[in-house]
Amino acid sequence: MQGDAGVATKADNMNSLDTAAGGGLVDRRQLLGRCFALGAGAAASGLAMTGQSRADGDLAQWVTQAGETARAYGMPAPEEGYVQRAVIQLYPGLAPEYGFSGTPLQYLRGSITPNGLHFEVHHGGRPQLNAYDHRLMIHGLVERPLQFDLAALDRYPMVSNVHFLECAGNSGRNAFDSGPFQITIDQLHGLVSNAEWTGVPLSVLLDEAGVKPEAKWVVAIGDDGPGMARSIPMEKMMGDGILALYQNGERLRPEQGYPMRLLLPGYEGNMNVKWVTSLFVTDNPAHTKSESGEYSELLADGQVAQFTFGMGVKSLITHPSALMTMQGPGFYEVSGLAWSGAGRIARVEVSADGGQSWADAELAGPVLSQALTRFRIPWVWNGAPTDLLSRAIDETGAVQPARTAWKAKYAPSNYLHYNAIQPWRITAEGEVENVYL
Amino acid sequence: MFTSKTLICAALMMFAGMAQADGPGLGQPLAQDEIPVYARYVMPDGTGLPAGSGSVVQGAEVYLYDCSSCHGETGAEGPIMPFVGPNELWPKPAGLHWPHATTLFDYIRRAMPFYAPKSLSNDEVYAVTAYILFRNGVIEEDMVLDAVTLPQVVMPNTGNFIDVWALQGDKPW
Repeated sequence: MQGDAGVATKADNMNSLDTAAGGGLVDRRQLLGRCFALGAGAAASGLAMTGQSRADGDLAQWVTQAGETARAYGMPAPEEGYVQRAVIQLYPGLAPEYGFSGTPLQYLRGSITPNGLHFEVHHGGRPQLNAYDHRLMIHGLVERPLQFDLAALDRYPMVSNVHFLECAGNSGRNAFDSGPFQITIDQLHGLVSNAEWTGVPLSVLLDEAGVKPEAKWVVAIGDDGPGMARSIPMEKMMGDGILALYQNGERLRPEQGYPMRLLLPGYEGNMNVKWVTSLFVTDNPAHTKSESGEYSELLADGQVAQFTFGMGVKSLITHPSALMTMQGPGFYEVSGLAWSGAGRIARVEVSADGGQSWADAELAGPVLSQALTRFRIPWVWNGAPTDLLSRAIDETGAVQPARTAWKAKYAPSNYLHYNAIQPWRITAEGEVENVYL
Repeated sequence: MFTSKTLICAALMMFAGMAQADGPGLGQPLAQDEIPVYARYVMPDGTGLPAGSGSVVQGAEVYLYDCSSCHGETGAEGPIMPFVGPNELWPKPAGLHWPHATTLFDYIRRAMPFYAPKSLSNDEVYAVTAYILFRNGVIEEDMVLDAVTLPQVVMPNTGNFIDVWALQGDKPW
């Protein structure tokens, strides 16, 4: 079922379908009950398939012998070894520990991020701490200063919730680069991931310490070299904040804050302090380094937006996406991710004609609050150059902005909280490029 | 046979148990001397600043030895986040952009130098803070910083911040 000829036949079949919007977007219901041979053409990918076909009746070696024995910890298939995070070091010579790694969203198809592929941002490297010596302290404006070790925390009632984490600087190159930079989406948009986090509600621990009436903030501090610190409103801590101990069912990975981190649904990544060791309860914010400089936004009028916690509504088409090559005209499933720090995704609209017309994509359920939501829509590409866009709307009615509208709010240098629409240009040659519209 | 002391203890435990109805109450008491210095943060009003002092001249020496390789010969060159501004590399230089001078002290004490955080003495941290503020024209060259003078420094950008949390909660800007 491989090859351009087969795809062209499918395109001919698809041409008889009702379109959902211009540019070849198809109403998904039109596909039901139809039998298409959707083989190699169903996915745009940078990967060249080199599989050899076998003559009917040949027996592969692996069906003639016993397989491998069970193993204690499963790993991806060797063929999938290229699915890795994109490691980015801004200062490789001077301070390589100050760096990131982006989730390879272009290779993932669901909504949950595998633990080994969850993005990282480290301001001072990943500490090699001893989990059994680690403790969480609660002190400051509390009746009873307390400390907890991991064994004690494991006995507390826990909650499990799926939430995205996104670095406030994610997608920043599209914000400050004067022209669109051509890189794959692990590097361009990879500082967002999604996991099921299990841990103890912070309200339980704070209640045990007895928060004083004048306490309005908690300065959370990590046990890493730079002692990462952020001021967090008591309202958020007592609302839905958790002390996360588990990530997708297993203990947190070291780069995610093992043995414990804050998880503040919908809030910018930096506030979800990793390796957290101290909850310093205060009456006012401390104006830590991160909230004074790195995570404050320069506005167009010269003022500075500070304490900007919630991540805006956003979406991104992952398939196809930058630097992929289309496999000729024909059927493709356009697929991507949408999320909002303010709640559930209500709708994702997709355009295949540069924004002239839009169709609603299907959302893969359950659609969870402050979690990545996978969207999909069938598309028949006619081979002509076009621009693919997605636009998310959340349950509060917030609409993902165009780049020009986003840029108008901020100083030219600002790259934080960039949530503008990402257009992908499909060239006549089938190349997928980053573009500003 | 119960003593009155035992009864009081039992009553206190019951009260504690009620207060911790949602959890098993396994937190252990935390004494003040068990809290390391980096588990707190110096507040903008100076709360938490230690004894000690440092001058601009002393700070220039510490800066050259411990800081200049990343932030530049005089703090404006970088390459990493130069704190003297305005500069071409980093639009939010710490010595100009940050709203409170106390943050410089706390951050340098907990996080710098990059490969030996928490290694500077309090005097050295006051001194480097003074050097940074002097290089940005915020304080005079003869100023000595300590727990009294540092919180009195008025940062040039302090009135320019919008407290988005106070204005609209966590709704995205």
